[in-house]
Amino acid sequence: MSLTQKIELPTVTYEQPLGLFINNEFVKGEKGQTIDVINPATEEVITKVHEATKEDVDRAVKVARETYNKVWKDTTANERGRLLFKLADLIERDLLILASIESLDNGKSISMAKGDVAAVAGCIRYYAGWADKIHGKVVETDAHKFNYTKIEPIGVVGQIIPWNFPLLMFAWKIGPALATGNTVVLKTAEQTPLSALYAAKLVKEAGFPAGVLNVLSGYGKTAGQAIAEHMDIDKIAFTGSTGVGREILKASANSNLKKVTLELGGKSPNVVFADADIEAAIDWANFGVFFNHGQTCCAGTRIFVQETIYDKFIETFKAKAEKNAVGDPFHDKTFQGPQVSKVQFDRIMGYIDQGKECGAKLVCGGGRKGDKGYFIEPTIFADCKADMTIMKEEIFGPVAAIAKFKDIDDLVHMANDTSYGLAAGVHTKDLKTAITVADKLKAGTVWINQYNALHHALPFGGYKESGIGRELGKAALANYTQVKTVSINLEGHPSGW
Amino acid sequence: MSLPLQVELTAPNGLKYTQPVGLFINNEFVKAKNGGTLETIYPAEESVITSVYAAEKEDVDAAVEAARAAYENPNWSSIDPYERSRLMSKLADLVERDRHILGTIDAWDNGKPYSVAANEDVEEVIRLLRYYAGWADKLYGKTIDVGPQKLAYTLHQPVGVCGQIIPWNYPLLMAGWKLGPALATGNTIILKTAEQTPLSALYLGNLIKEAGFPPGVVNIISGYGKTAGAALASHDDVDKIAFTGSTMTGSIIMKAAAVNLKNITLETGGKSPNIVFADADIDQAVKWSHFGIMGNMGQVCSATSRIYVESSIYEDFIKRFKEHTKTLSVVDHPFSETCYQGPQVTKQQFDKIQQYIETGKSEGARLVAGGERVGEKGFFIEPTIFADVKDDMTISKEEIFGPVVVISSFETEKEVIKRANSSTYGLAASVFTENLKKAHRVAAKVHAGMVWINSSNDSHYAIPFGGVKQSGIGRELGDYALQAYTQVKAVHVNLGNDL
Repeated sequence: MSLTQKIELPTVTYEQPLGLFINNEFVKGEKGQTIDVINPATEEVITKVHEATKEDVDRAVKVARETYNKVWKDTTANERGRLLFKLADLIERDLLILASIESLDNGKSISMAKGDVAAVAGCIRYYAGWADKIHGKVVETDAHKFNYTKIEPIGVVGQIIPWNFPLLMFAWKIGPALATGNTVVLKTAEQTPLSALYAAKLVKEAGFPAGVLNVLSGYGKTAGQAIAEHMDIDKIAFTGSTGVGREILKASANSNLKKVTLELGGKSPNVVFADADIEAAIDWANFGVFFNHGQTCCAGTRIFVQETIYDKFIETFKAKAEKNAVGDPFHDKTFQGPQVSKVQFDRIMGYIDQGKECGAKLVCGGGRKGDKGYFIEPTIFADCKADMTIMKEEIFGPVAAIAKFKDIDDLVHMANDTSYGLAAGVHTKDLKTAITVADKLKAGTVWINQYNALHHALPFGGYKESGIGRELGKAALANYTQVKTVSINLEGHPSGW
Repeated sequence: MSLPLQVELTAPNGLKYTQPVGLFINNEFVKAKNGGTLETIYPAEESVITSVYAAEKEDVDAAVEAARAAYENPNWSSIDPYERSRLMSKLADLVERDRHILGTIDAWDNGKPYSVAANEDVEEVIRLLRYYAGWADKLYGKTIDVGPQKLAYTLHQPVGVCGQIIPWNYPLLMAGWKLGPALATGNTIILKTAEQTPLSALYLGNLIKEAGFPPGVVNIISGYGKTAGAALASHDDVDKIAFTGSTMTGSIIMKAAAVNLKNITLETGGKSPNIVFADADIDQAVKWSHFGIMGNMGQVCSATSRIYVESSIYEDFIKRFKEHTKTLSVVDHPFSETCYQGPQVTKQQFDKIQQYIETGKSEGARLVAGGERVGEKGFFIEPTIFADVKDDMTISKEEIFGPVVVISSFETEKEVIKRANSSTYGLAASVFTENLKKAHRVAAKVHAGMVWINSSNDSHYAIPFGGVKQSGIGRELGDYALQAYTQVKAVHVNLGNDL
């Protein structure tokens, strides 16, 4: 099978790399296996990519280690930053190509995909700027000592990313890892391998030394597991489901205790107080749950509305949701494309069926849209109770569950009644309400009068079973560095000895 | 016929380019209101390069007005920090594109070797602008937890309209050092260049406009210290003044700034000590010591111009230093490939240095090498070495700012630290030793804003630069420079403390 394929899209025609990107070259997998890549809007096979198995992971790690030891460890911070800036420029140059690949592979609308790719360039530039600003400290303990800390890279890091924002997740991972001087073996999701492979081409063009970044397409159970268990990977970062997150933690414990950061699921509460700007709150609630077809870890999927505005809210929200344009990703006006795969589609429809049977009120949607492509109608359930499956489990689709609340105490109790803790939204005009509710919610990000407003400068991550560690902002640098304390004795003998 | 706003020039290396000569205000080059001009000289040939418009008080007022309006305009004051970062990165890209032009201008106007101007000075400007571009979106306030009744946070806001007065020894680089942190933190600027070297910053004005900075964010004026500089330092609508130059002028600036208590940072003179212990790597000590005083024609505020050599290696050091200087310090015009040392920047500087040399001879120091002019045209001086210099000699106490080094010997560590510290200056210091404890111990004891262990003048954009005592107030470079352009506002939100 070839290592590239020409692909023609409504927006661009381009060469798609298909191989495994190891040592700045695209190569076949050792076992010669491949993965079918499906277009979720048409259910057709777009192409096949080469599949990485354990042997290829071993190859990539070997290369990453050697490059770290011989080249990257001694590359100046200034140079690392310069290369990342160059990569961001190239991504911006090829924005339309990358956005088109995302729409094709993931199903998100072309306008959303362009937004993603712009955010990718911004994220990489942000971390490029950190490269030469990683400071240790000098700490005074007594007059005879000179003590300093040095912030060092960890070494070779493994990164496993999901399919919901393929290129953006790629940027969130490689940005801080490369800025801090690590080398990387990154596995994409088997559902969406294409954009990272094209980006890998740009990594070579930017001038990164061979072996600094290696990109593998592969399955979680084989390639992903091989990375999680590898004895020569110093750290693993994973974004995906809580279930798989647990497996990664176990694999680290069973191998070399590699450092682990996890970005997992959520069932985030989005709270609307009676004194909110209701029109705006509805727009944000709509965006909060239906953005990216509900395939967002921080989606505001449990919407809590204060009882005095409950009925009006639902009526207006229904009208809004029914107007969301569901259709062809390459159409300019599309808001919601297909779910990413048949597996996801079936899973979500299963939850919708449960919702219908459990006593919740189906306000709108609830079915497939059309008969080709994994499209689901924007679906709203109201009068939900805490023990319903659709209120407890992460659906990862365009399904909102609405419940009413009385006052702050009642609300805080219900909102925090979950094993997750990724994000939350609060809509209110009152200064004190906003701050005190934000204080009380157990969530890694609290959005006030907005939702899904991620920014590369703001730390993002979960409380409780939504994850370990924080991505984005300066906080992400801590995931990819270790602190060495150097203490120099300038005088004196050990006392009494 | 009055001076046009730009002139077509041909540099000594054949480069033809368009040199703006107006005052850069609101993204346009304009004439000085009273039509005043000043001439700038090519010090290698003592010939006039061109005239430029010279700002006086009325022009400073216009520039301040433009900077104030730009500061209050949302297209600068409310843009995303990410956008500020992009503008600065773009400027860095343009400086890189025009490296040859900018390097040529500085070599021509200042006299430094072209290869240094283009590959060191301009290169550092590019890296520094990118470095500060990277800070623009990483300027954090804090939240401070004092209990549930209060949300307390700090906002780090720009200082406002900043006056920046820069010297002639690194014309473009000094502009870069000043603009970088001021722009990253969101201020607007009036930059007054040195009257000896106005050209490269004016060219930079074109690039600032091309990069897309809104009008009035950066204003660049040529002018004299006594008129334009004084007007800027004493202006009551300027929020901050930053100055690099002599300690004497720094003191005048400080007094002028008192008029509206404007925020002030100063980078002034130095007579930095260089301590060479007997356990140093002598070969490296000689090479770095040479660079530490002979680089940039000795026109470096942080030059380690007083060398103290431990007595057991004293004569050997002097002999090696003399030989090394003879080999390396090739005096030639700036566009010659072999040039290490070009001319001094002006006749005034040249005369001043010659006078110090004469004083040194008459005070009884041992003249080991140099001491005379080179050639008959151009402000060239031989690299000059005085030994057996006593601490009370003028040449040991005063900043010469030329290729003149003074060397003396010492016996003990305690003695040399005392002698190194007995100066009103405190900018930098060098220490040469291979002994771990001695190195850190001496670094901690010496009165200096910067200490180089086993090197000299080995600066880096990410490492703070500045002096103690009369060498200055505040720090440039690194993230420390950001503090000079930021003010802290504490916000307390009362969440329940009711009376």
